[in-house]
Amino acid sequence: MSSTLTVPIPASPEPAAPAASRKCDTTGLNVCLGAERFIQFNAVAAVVFLLVGGIAAILLALTRWQAVHLLPVDWFYRVLTLHGVNMLLFWILFFEVAVLYFTCTVPLNARLFSRKIAWASFAQMLIGALMVNGIILKGQADVLLTSYLPLVAHPAFYLGIILVATGTLTAVYNFFATLYVARRDRTFEGSMPLVTFGATAAAIIAVVTLLHGAIVMIPTFSYAMGWTAQPDPMWYRMIWWGLGHQSQQVNVCAMVSVWYLIGQLTTGAKPVNETVCRTAFLLYILFINLASAHHLLVDPAVGSAWKIWNTSYAMYLAVLASMIHGFTVPASVELAMREKGHAKGLFGWVTHLPWKNPAFSGALLSLLIFGFIGGITGVTLGTQQINIIAHNTLRITGHFHATVVGGTSLAFMALTYYVIPLIFRRDFIWRSAARAQPWMFGIGILFVSLGMSFAGSLGVPRRIYDIDHSGAFGAAAHLMLGVMGIGALLAVTGLFLFVILCVGTLLFGERNHGRAMADWGVAQALPGSREGSLAEDHWAVKGTIALTAVFLACFAVYYFANWKALADVWPVR
Amino acid sequence: MSLSIPARDWFKPPAGAEKLWIGLALLWCFVMSLMMPYWHFRGKQNSRGEAYAVAPVTFLERTERFAAANKVGERNGVPIAEPAPGGDAYLLGRMWSWYPILKLRQGETYRIHLSALDLQHGFSLQPLNMNFQVLPGYDHVLTLTPTSKGEYTIVCNEFCGIGHDKMFGKIIVE
Ligand code: HEM
Ligand SMILES: [Cu+2]
Ligand SMILES: [Cu+2]
Repeated sequence: MSSTLTVPIPASPEPAAPAASRKCDTTGLNVCLGAERFIQFNAVAAVVFLLVGGIAAILLALTRWQAVHLLPVDWFYRVLTLHGVNMLLFWILFFEVAVLYFTCTVPLNARLFSRKIAWASFAQMLIGALMVNGIILKGQADVLLTSYLPLVAHPAFYLGIILVATGTLTAVYNFFATLYVARRDRTFEGSMPLVTFGATAAAIIAVVTLLHGAIVMIPTFSYAMGWTAQPDPMWYRMIWWGLGHQSQQVNVCAMVSVWYLIGQLTTGAKPVNETVCRTAFLLYILFINLASAHHLLVDPAVGSAWKIWNTSYAMYLAVLASMIHGFTVPASVELAMREKGHAKGLFGWVTHLPWKNPAFSGALLSLLIFGFIGGITGVTLGTQQINIIAHNTLRITGHFHATVVGGTSLAFMALTYYVIPLIFRRDFIWRSAARAQPWMFGIGILFVSLGMSFAGSLGVPRRIYDIDHSGAFGAAAHLMLGVMGIGALLAVTGLFLFVILCVGTLLFGERNHGRAMADWGVAQALPGSREGSLAEDHWAVKGTIALTAVFLACFAVYYFANWKALADVWPVR
Repeated sequence: MSLSIPARDWFKPPAGAEKLWIGLALLWCFVMSLMMPYWHFRGKQNSRGEAYAVAPVTFLERTERFAAANKVGERNGVPIAEPAPGGDAYLLGRMWSWYPILKLRQGETYRIHLSALDLQHGFSLQPLNMNFQVLPGYDHVLTLTPTSKGEYTIVCNEFCGIGHDKMFGKIIVE
């Protein structure tokens, strides 16, 4: 398996492949058949693991909702482990590999470097994932996603995760080799498109991330086998979070690329300024690498200077990047809408957006939930001292259900409404349900996230089976867990609906070979409007200016409110 | 278009609203990164991560010695220990209890030594909601000044096995 990582790049991608590509009947782009096949495999695997994680999700939520308290205690932690790894690792990673294969081929008119390597990657990831799930369900790995030492799981747990990581690295290798060959063979001229650029940023961060994974998992596996001594638990935490946190930046890069892509597909948006967008991606690569500090802010043996420097990402330059995308994405959509002639007032264009297009509504909700909830809470909770009133409470879980669930996962779902018609070439069944799905999932997760966050503000811990024995939590905390539970019912319904729609379409959807995919509805231009008419008007995006002003105000209020809350607890050094 | 090759001359400096936003965002990032050093020097709540290596058995010995020497009472078989104002106190997390119960005086400052015997645990003081990580092998020192009276519950908020939700401790402030 690791030999694939060291294969030198040969002169030509693969000898004598049969018909290597087809012309897309909707977009006219060339689709590499090898890439298409592996986009399909990885996307299907992703959705299967999403389903597993979703079943786990509802069991968890109905247990944490004290009024229901469904699972017995041992199964709670088992299912929590299952949920964490299936969602955060398997669903996300398989989908991201699909995104990588797409972005390095179709937009560049290129062919996938090697099917063999793609097979090697897929096999490693699948075997690894099955090993992990098997050992968790057998009850021999109740260690949660983070598997903090001195907790130990069965060695198969670590080995499975190592396989998933090397499998993903293998796919990333294939991605870079494809880019290299495309560049060498001049399948395209000039700079790579923005989505490919964003995916490249994701891939670069993924390499750094997965190497951390290897550094921490291999000695832990060896310890679990009884070969070597136990690694230091603090060392483990530091390196593990080099994997755990940085991989979130991979997710952010992938998600932002998807936002740009869907913006174009549904409204014809194009980046207002390519330089700005690309620089923002570059900032992610440059300034993300120390973010594991986020998770160690109230840990022993790491000093204030280290904590402050690293959690501020060298002055928050990666946060800056997200704030830039948070402006440029809506700005590009607004500009496209105004150029189409929808120019009334600040927000007149909003009513003409393609609301019925599930890809659009999904991406929009993803942007709003990620920005307003995930981003603001993330930066605040990751502030060194404020972490004292947040660490390991449900506030943390509330935060990342707004980033990686309401943000990344919802964006990936939204993209699927194009992936299936364009890559699997079947039109969606039950289109009215599909139009509602992003709203169900998005609004559900909003309540999950808010319920968790407020419960956490009242001190309710994350990862705990029961909060009643302690007598420390009152009616308000229970109410908030109820809000989370009700949100979870809605979100999980949305998740199951998504899976039903995908599987149903793959089985029963009408084939669209030889014609354009069934249109979800895109933004319409008014007669007499002209694309590019506002290219020189740098203040045209008034709605976005208003939106981001509101955002900054919310951010500042939340941020300083938390400093105030911190000032109210006991002095501590 | 984000999916297509950009025009050759895509390299342009930001302008107009975009430039303004980048400026504002950068300014905000400055403010946020200055807040942390500011609070480090002026604020009263900081996590400095002061810690010393300690073997779990050694820490257990120290804690037991501390509990015996400072014992002022007992509750359900757990000693209540009252350290001298300004002095050191030891608090041990293990599966699944915090040991011993601490009795502190309002307005006095104590050096609280936190460590774990077996797995990682989470020191979470409720209902104040102050949280610190506790690791075996590390003597994590909090210099703490209780400013309000009452009985506070320590819950564990790092997963530590099947009894994790039943792991409690107490700090009594008078
Ligand atoms: C249907 C939507 C979902 C619901 C209702 C849901 C609900 C929950 C609940 C109740 C917990 C347990 C909180 C605790 O006791 O600490 C949890 C944990 C978690 N969830 Fe979700 N979740 C959903 C989707 C997702 C997705 C899509 C992801 C990732 C992409 C995800 C990632 C996680 C992670 C990483 C944890 C923490 C596991 C741990 O503490 O080890 N969730 N979720
Ligand atoms: Cu514990
Ligand atoms: Cu615990």
